[in-house]
Amino acid sequence: MTFWILAPIMVAAALGILFVRKAVHAALLLAVVMISIAFLYAVMDAPFLFAVQIIVYTGAILMLFLFVMMLIGVDASDSKVETIRGQRVMATVVGLVFGLVLVLGISQVTFGTVVGLDEANTGGNVPAIANILFSKYVFAFEATSALLITAVLGAMVLAHRERLTPKATQASLAAQRLRDYAEHGKHPGPLPSPGVYARHNAVDTPALLPDGTAAESSVSRVLAARGTVRSAPALADDIVDVRRQIGDPSTMPETSGKSGAPANTEEDEK
Amino acid sequence: MTEYVVLSAILFTIGCVGVLTRRNALVVFMCVELMLNACNLAFVAFARQHGNLDGQIAAFFVMVVAAAEVVIGLAIIMTIFRTRRSASVDDASLLKY
Repeated sequence: MTFWILAPIMVAAALGILFVRKAVHAALLLAVVMISIAFLYAVMDAPFLFAVQIIVYTGAILMLFLFVMMLIGVDASDSKVETIRGQRVMATVVGLVFGLVLVLGISQVTFGTVVGLDEANTGGNVPAIANILFSKYVFAFEATSALLITAVLGAMVLAHRERLTPKATQASLAAQRLRDYAEHGKHPGPLPSPGVYARHNAVDTPALLPDGTAAESSVSRVLAARGTVRSAPALADDIVDVRRQIGDPSTMPETSGKSGAPANTEEDEK
Repeated sequence: MTEYVVLSAILFTIGCVGVLTRRNALVVFMCVELMLNACNLAFVAFARQHGNLDGQIAAFFVMVVAAAEVVIGLAIIMTIFRTRRSASVDDASLLKY
């Protein structure tokens, strides 16, 4: 029963990996497939692999994928240019034929009765796996440790970057700032902070200079490039709304202002 | 039993087609992971079929190797991206010339 619920989900998610444009969506669909596979393991009397699948695959490997995606840019989507003409169509056709051959071949085979793992799992699945792992497969297990050490070393060597220029110290940065000031007249101090107003102190509202113009350096250049910078004079129009919200009597009709105030005090007394 | 192996074959085929058609190195890598997972599913299904745990051990070792492979592969992708500013498999073709 679990299988027939999960199998369509898995196939749909796996097909989604082929068609989504963004790599992040592919990673999320892969997570769906992997968690579904973990549940199939649980159904097939493999609780140890169920835990390992979730911890190692969904927890570690997919997070690694997402980390790398974050480093090299989320929008690194596919190029539509084909280096080999018709390669995509050919690959799809060959893949379909391959899948068809596999599925037809498997459906021809009679597997016989399923023995089941009840006997093998008598002392629990994890002790049973440990029994085989540390007796029959102990050399493979030891070789795994060498493999993991090699992988760690390889990752360190590949991710390491040699420093080509000396590291900038605080003293050299200060000297550079003053040199910029002397040569180009660039302000040596920190940038001005964004404007702080009665209702708006967000980073997208520029501070005002003494003559009333906006200080452009007080807002991040990213926001300016996106065009989401708000102007302080435009925000001044909000003041009517604010007055209405806080119930300022100067903007309210006379009658409601007078009748509203005693009603509130009565409620407070109760 | 048959349905598990068929599902495994379908997932493996989808992974295959993904490796052949996608151009982003990361997505190609994810499709390789999908193929490994499909094999693991078949391993575990056959372990239950035969009533011993050797298949589960094999799946476990595949997971270990996959973890090591992902670490190295992603490090290589990052190194290539650092020098060439691209994560497309088509751009790394210098050996051809």
